[in-house]
Amino acid sequence: MSQSLATVAYLGAAILFILSLGGLSNPETSRRGNLFGIIGMTLAVLATVFGPRVSPAGIAWIVGALVVGGGIGLYAAKVVKMTQMPELVALMHSLVGLAACLVGFASYVDTSIQLAGAEKVIHEVEIYVGILIGAVTFSGSLIAFGKLNGKIGGKPLLLPARHWLNLAGLLVVIWFGREFIHAPTVAEGMTPLIVMTVIALLFGIHMVMAIGGADMPVVVSMLNSYSGWAAAATGFMLSNDLLIVTGALVGSSGAILSYIMCNAMNRNFISVIAGGFGSGGGAPAKSGEAAQPQGEVVPVSAAETAEMLREAKSVIIVPGYGMAVAQAQHTVYEITKTLRDKGVKVRFGIHPVAGRMPGHMNVLLAEAKVPYDIVMEMDEINEDFPDTDIAMVIGANDIVNPAAQDDPGSPIAGMPVLEVWKAKTSIVMKRSMASGYAGVDNPLFYKENNRMLFGDAKKMLDEVLTALKS
Amino acid sequence: MQSGTTQPTQRIGVPREIFPGEKRVATVPEVVEKLIKLGFRVVVESGAGDAANFSDDAYRAAGAEIINGAAALWAASDIVFKVRAPSQDEVALMHEGGVLVSFIWPAQNPELMQQLAAKKVTVLAIDALPRTLSRAQKMDALTSMAGVSGYRAVVEAANAFGRFFNGQITAAGKVPPAKVFIAGAGVAGLAAIGTAASLGAIVRANDTRAEVADQVVSLGGEFVKVDYEEEGSGGGGYAKVMSEGFQQAQREMYAQQAREVDIIITTALIPGKPAPKLITAEMVRSMKPGSVIVDMAGEQGGNCELTEPGQAVVKHGVTIIGYTDLASRLSKQSSTLYATNLFRLAEELCKAKDGVVNVNMEDDAIRGLTIVKDGNITWPAPPLKPVAAPAPKPAAAPVAEKKGGHGHGSSGPLPAKTLAIIFAVAALAFWFIGSFAPAAFLGHFTVFVLACFIGYMVVWNVTPALHTPLMSVTNAISSIIAIGALVQILPPEAGTGGRPDDLIRWLAFAGIVLTAVNMFGGFAVTRRMLAMFRK
Repeated sequence: MSQSLATVAYLGAAILFILSLGGLSNPETSRRGNLFGIIGMTLAVLATVFGPRVSPAGIAWIVGALVVGGGIGLYAAKVVKMTQMPELVALMHSLVGLAACLVGFASYVDTSIQLAGAEKVIHEVEIYVGILIGAVTFSGSLIAFGKLNGKIGGKPLLLPARHWLNLAGLLVVIWFGREFIHAPTVAEGMTPLIVMTVIALLFGIHMVMAIGGADMPVVVSMLNSYSGWAAAATGFMLSNDLLIVTGALVGSSGAILSYIMCNAMNRNFISVIAGGFGSGGGAPAKSGEAAQPQGEVVPVSAAETAEMLREAKSVIIVPGYGMAVAQAQHTVYEITKTLRDKGVKVRFGIHPVAGRMPGHMNVLLAEAKVPYDIVMEMDEINEDFPDTDIAMVIGANDIVNPAAQDDPGSPIAGMPVLEVWKAKTSIVMKRSMASGYAGVDNPLFYKENNRMLFGDAKKMLDEVLTALKS
Repeated sequence: MQSGTTQPTQRIGVPREIFPGEKRVATVPEVVEKLIKLGFRVVVESGAGDAANFSDDAYRAAGAEIINGAAALWAASDIVFKVRAPSQDEVALMHEGGVLVSFIWPAQNPELMQQLAAKKVTVLAIDALPRTLSRAQKMDALTSMAGVSGYRAVVEAANAFGRFFNGQITAAGKVPPAKVFIAGAGVAGLAAIGTAASLGAIVRANDTRAEVADQVVSLGGEFVKVDYEEEGSGGGGYAKVMSEGFQQAQREMYAQQAREVDIIITTALIPGKPAPKLITAEMVRSMKPGSVIVDMAGEQGGNCELTEPGQAVVKHGVTIIGYTDLASRLSKQSSTLYATNLFRLAEELCKAKDGVVNVNMEDDAIRGLTIVKDGNITWPAPPLKPVAAPAPKPAAAPVAEKKGGHGHGSSGPLPAKTLAIIFAVAALAFWFIGSFAPAAFLGHFTVFVLACFIGYMVVWNVTPALHTPLMSVTNAISSIIAIGALVQILPPEAGTGGRPDDLIRWLAFAGIVLTAVNMFGGFAVTRRMLAMFRK
C-alpha cells in the first residue's frame, strides 16, 4: 500500500471517528456510532500495518501483540459489572498513558530519525511533552482506579503547600526540558527525560490523591481528556495526522465533559484542570448556626414505604451512588414495573454527577432494563417535583441537599440540586445519618415532609417490593 | 416618624372597627406573637376581636396589652393597624408622626387624604400595593380578601338557592346539578369557581382576559368564550374597557347564559370606574324562578342593573344579593389572612427586627403603599420601572450558565469584551507560532486546532444519559496511539544507523499490547452498554 493510499485511509478513519462521537449524542444512533468507531479503528490499523511504515516481517509481531492485548480486553469487557464501569474506564486510561510513554521513549532512542535545527527542537519538545502527559495520565488513572474500587481511601490527601509543590515540580520539569533539548547525545538526554518522567508520575499521583471521592466523575472525564492529549502529542512526535486528529477529538471531548461535570457541581473548571480541588481548603467548613438543621428525623419501615408508594399517583426516583454500591438497580426496576402496572407514573431524576462517573446512573438503569424515556435529566424534571406525590431518594445525599440553595455558607452552596423536598413526601433511603462525600449535613432529612428508610438499599428495596406485591 | 432613637420599641395599636357591620379586626392573637418577635409591643382595644371571635383574653395570652376606649388606644400607639379607612373621628385621634396601615382607597376618598395629610402622619394604604411585584404578593390583602369573598359569595348563593348544588340520583328521584355562571375570573371569581365546583355544581366562567382560561379549567370550571376577537388585559392584572363590538357579543353570551344557568356570580371590576353593567333587567327576567345572582361588585355600583348594594332583594323571582361586606361575613378567616398580610408588611418595614418601622421609599413595594409620608401626599406612586433584563443577581448567573452546560446548546454569546480579549490572545499565539515554527509543524498544528473544534462541536450535544458510553468509546478511540507503536515496530529504516532495533521493538510491542487491551475492551464494553439502552 502506498503512502498516499495510507493517508486516504487515515482520512477515512478520522471521519469515521467524528461520526462515531456524533452518533453517541442520541440513544437511537449510539450503537451505529460505536460501529463507526470500530470500523474506523480497523481501517486505521490495517492501513498502518500494510502501509509503507511497516516491513512485512513486523506483521507477526503486531498480530501477536494484538491477539494478546485484544484477548485481555475482550475478556475484561465481558466480565466487568456495570457498577464497576468507572474503574474499568480509569484503568484503560492508564494503559493509553503508559503506551504514550513507551512510544515516546522508543521514538527518542530511534536514531534513524535525523533532524536538525528548529525541527529537531520541536521533535524533542514533542517527545518530552508526549511522555509528560502520558506519565501523568498513567499514574493519575491508576490512582483513580484505586480510589474507585476502594483500594485507596476516598478521602482527599492534602499535602501541606501542595500548590507550591506542584509549581516546583513544573519548574523542575521545564528546567530538565531545557537540559534535554540541549543534550548532544541520546544517552545524555536520557537522564533528564527519566527524571521528568518520575516527576510526572508523582504529579499524577499527587493530583488525583488530592481529589475527594465525590469528585471522581470530573476526574475520570478529565483523565479521558488527558489520554487524548497524550495521543495528540504522540501524533506530533511521529508526524502522524490521524493521531493528532483523533487525540484532539478525544482530548477536547473529555475536556468538555469535565466542564459539564464541573458546572453540575458548581466547581471551577480551571482548578480541576490544575488538579487538587474538591477540598475547599481542608475539613468541610462549618457554616453558621443557621445551617444547623432543626426538626426531627422521621423513620419509616419498608412496609410503610410500600403503602405510601401504592397510594401515590406520581413518583420520582432519585438514585445515587448508594444504589450502585448495593447493586439495587434491578430491584428498583422491579418496583418501577410493579408501580407502573398499577397505573402509578414513575420517573427517574438523574443528577449530572450522581455516581462515580458521568452518566453512571443511566448505565445502571439501562442495565436493569429501565426504559430511557422515563429517565429524566435534572433540568427536565426539577420543576415537576411540586406535582409529585413521592420522591424516593436511593443512596444519594449531596445532590438532593437543599442547603445548596438555601444556605450561602454551605460548602456546596450554588451547586444545582434535585429539589426533592418540593414533592409532597420525600423518602430517603440511607444506611445511616452519615453525611455525604462533601461532608455536609443535609437539612432535607429534618424536613417535615421527609421520611427516612434506614438500611442497606438492596435489602430495603427487596422488602418494599415484597410488600408492594402482597 | 422618628427613626427609632427616642424610643427603643414602637407600639402597634389595633382599634375596634367602628364601621357599621364590619366584623373584621386588623390582627389576631396568633399574629400578635409574631409581631412581638419582630420587637414591637402590641396594644389592642378592648372588644376589637369580639365580632371575629377573638376574645380580649386570647390577645392578652398572646402578649398584647388591652386598652379600654379608642381615644386611649390611638394615643398609646405609634403605628395603627386597621381594616376600614378611618372615619373623621378616628383621624382626629391620630397624633403627629404616627403611622397608619389600612385600606384607604385614595382615589375614592380625596377628602380623607387631605385630612390625613393635615395631621402630618404617614399612611400606608394596603390597597395601593403594587400587585405585580412578586415580592409583594405575601402582603396582598386585596387578593386574600377577594379569595374570602369569592368563597362567601358561593355560600350566600347556596343559602338563597333552593336546591342541591351537586346532581344526585336518590330513591326519591333524580336531582340535576346546579349550573353556576361566574363573570370575571379574578381572584374572587377563581375562588368562587373552585368553591362551587367542589360543591358539585357545573361551573362556567368568563373573563375578558383570555389568558385566565387555563386557570378556570384547572379549578374545575369551563371557560366560556365571547365570540369576538379582542384582548382584554389592561395591565397590572386588571381588565380594561372593551370595544362596542365586543360588548355586543358579550351581552349576547350573557343573555344566553342567563337563560341556562341557576346561579350567576359577578365579580367584574375595572379600576377607577363604575362596575360594568353585565346583567340587564331583561336578562334577570329571562332567568328561571328561584335563581340567584350574587353581585360582588355591589360597592362599585354592581354588575347587575337591579342590584341594590348592601341588600339581598328578590326581583322577578330572582334573588339578587348585593352584599358589600362578604369578607366581613367570614370575619375570623378574613381577619386571620389580613393580619398575616399586615405582619408580612411589618416584616418589610422592620427588617432589623428591632421593633422600629422604617418607611423606606427606595423600596418599590413600600413606595407604592405609602400614600402620605410625614404629612406630604405621595399618592399616586410613580409607575414601577419595567423589569428590564433579569437583574444581575450574582447567585442566579451561574445557574443560568449551567442550563447551557448540559449539552443542549451553548450558554449564550460571550460578552464582546471577553470575546475581544480571547481573540487578541489567540491572534498573538498564532503570530508567535507562525513566526518561529517550521512549515511541517504548521500543517500538523492546523489539523490539531481544527480537530479540537470538531470535538467540541460534536460532543457538546451529547445527552448526559450517554456520558458513560461516550467516555468509553472515546477511550477506545484514544487507543489510536497504537499507530505510533505500529510504525515503530519494524519500519523500513530498521537496522540502519545504529538504531537499537530490539529495544524499540519490545517497547513498541508492549505499547501495542496495552493499546489493544484498550481498543478491543473499550469497543466491546461500549457495545455491551449501548445494547442495554432501550425505550
